[in-house]
Amino acid sequence: MKEATRGPARAANPAGRAGVLAVLLLATVYSLLPVWWLVVSATKGSSDLFSSNGFWFAGRIEIVQNVSTLLGVQDGIFGRWMLNSLLYAVGGALVATLLSAMAGYVLAKYAFRGREAVFNTVLGAILIPAPLFALPLYLMFSATHVVNTFWAVFVPSVVSPFGVYLARIYAAAAVPDELLEAGRIDGAGEFRIFRSIVLRVLQPSLVTVFLFQFVTVWTNYLLPSLMLANDRLQPVTVGLVAWKEQRGQTVPYNLVITGSLLSVVPIVVMFLLLQRYWKAGLTSGSVK
Amino acid sequence: MHRTPTASPTASPARSQEGRTGAPPKPSRPASGPARRRIDGRRWAPLGFLSPFGLLFLLTFVAPICYALYQSLFKLRRSGLGLAPPTEVFTGLSNYADALGDRVFTSSVVRVLLIGAVQVPLMLGLALVLALLLDARRTPGKRFFRLAFFLPYAIPGVIGGLMWSFLYQPDVSPIAGALAHVGLHVDFTSEGALPWSVGNMLTWGWTGYNMIVIHSALKAIPGEFTEAAELDGCTGWRLAWHIKVPMVRPALVMSTVFSVIGTAQLYNEPVIMRAVAPNLAADWTPIMAAQNEVAANNYHAAATRSVILALVIFVLSFGFMRFVNKRGAAL
Repeated sequence: MKEATRGPARAANPAGRAGVLAVLLLATVYSLLPVWWLVVSATKGSSDLFSSNGFWFAGRIEIVQNVSTLLGVQDGIFGRWMLNSLLYAVGGALVATLLSAMAGYVLAKYAFRGREAVFNTVLGAILIPAPLFALPLYLMFSATHVVNTFWAVFVPSVVSPFGVYLARIYAAAAVPDELLEAGRIDGAGEFRIFRSIVLRVLQPSLVTVFLFQFVTVWTNYLLPSLMLANDRLQPVTVGLVAWKEQRGQTVPYNLVITGSLLSVVPIVVMFLLLQRYWKAGLTSGSVK
Repeated sequence: MHRTPTASPTASPARSQEGRTGAPPKPSRPASGPARRRIDGRRWAPLGFLSPFGLLFLLTFVAPICYALYQSLFKLRRSGLGLAPPTEVFTGLSNYADALGDRVFTSSVVRVLLIGAVQVPLMLGLALVLALLLDARRTPGKRFFRLAFFLPYAIPGVIGGLMWSFLYQPDVSPIAGALAHVGLHVDFTSEGALPWSVGNMLTWGWTGYNMIVIHSALKAIPGEFTEAAELDGCTGWRLAWHIKVPMVRPALVMSTVFSVIGTAQLYNEPVIMRAVAPNLAADWTPIMAAQNEVAANNYHAAATRSVILALVIFVLSFGFMRFVNKRGAAL
């Protein structure tokens, strides 16, 4: 059977296979070339940056000098930005995951009036993209004088309708009713059941929820750029764009490039290590 | 999706409990005992579990929209001499008439829709081809290619924008430099090239994501389908086109919806491009136009533009989904 199907396929001409490989390689070059440029450029001093071949190393490798200059520039503001990003992203994603787990669990496992209405509202919020809420949120926060504070960015970061959606799917599929009933028969309260049974069962899928929110917050630009005028509060995305907008006059371009590279390292590492969880979220988010 | 047909959450807790233990109800048990407390706990649990998310959702999603709607109905009126502070007056829908009559704003909406109309099919076509190639049985190095295509999605959009803006920057662009060697002189920041340059940033950043989505859908096709077709002599591109593509239509539809929404809310990439392309207007996209009004302290105009854009996106995405649903695709 296997041989029968393979027979005609093997007869396919080698030119076709070469064509396939060529398309894949071209797409690989397209995908990787800008990243390669970033890595190579981060090793160059400002004199070599634009005078040497953009896609190859210059004679001197100055990445160490670049990083140490970068960390010292403007009283070490870059380290501060990275810490801010980490705080917004880790803190926001942790709280968002907990809130999503609670809400998703309830939407999957309890019958109550208005459940479908709540879920449909959450779905609607997923379809309307976050940037659309950023401006009205800014207008509202500015009227209530919350802008330019830590909370102006942190509070919106803990709300994830997509996380609720994922958590509901996972809870419906992975939490057996028998387990909940067993807990109730043992006399456990509803919150105790959630904490010691549901959270444990859902844990692997909640990693996906956490990762998605972490990336959403880490990569966010519009909301923090509107909310935060104080550069000590800004995340790294806002800070780097501000540097770039000064066109190399206050902070040289090679430092902007080195900073860009450093800012993607945590997220790329996470992506590659946790690919499994990404796919879980991507597919349930789009194919269902 | 729900794998709970027997013990559905709609069944009353007391009944299912008794059903399990097989014991008859005990009428003698006092109503204020532990059972009562448990049932009460169960009744209030949804509220308790939902309210932390619910309250914050109201604060950060519902309230801003309501606030923007409210603000869009008012205007600032200055008194005759301009000495007294301006007052807010209710002006009904006149802000909407202003926004729709504002050529700069309407053309920014048309611009992002045009960019989407060209960029989304190109990107999804590329994603579909790559997904099909990765799905074909005899393609070598699948793991490597999948990772390579996915990497740009792992780069935050803003950082991707910064990279491309350096690669586009006139005089120092290494791409333009390489092209100049073969006699091609290009300027990625010229007026005519800007939509293409920005579109390329989007294609670069999102093709891999869409490829993964489509690829997952392809993998979900039962093996019998493709094997039967292959036995009938339907292989290669014919197999892909006649069997596989129709079966991943729902994934393609969802990708289209999300991509169109993505272009309508275009902001980061063109804002970053402005650092290397001063000719890119500050109100090039609808969100940029609204943000421009904020910068000019015209909060009411900004609110109005936000509401209009939300409506456009709402109509686009829900309209498209209804259209597809009517034609019988599973969503």
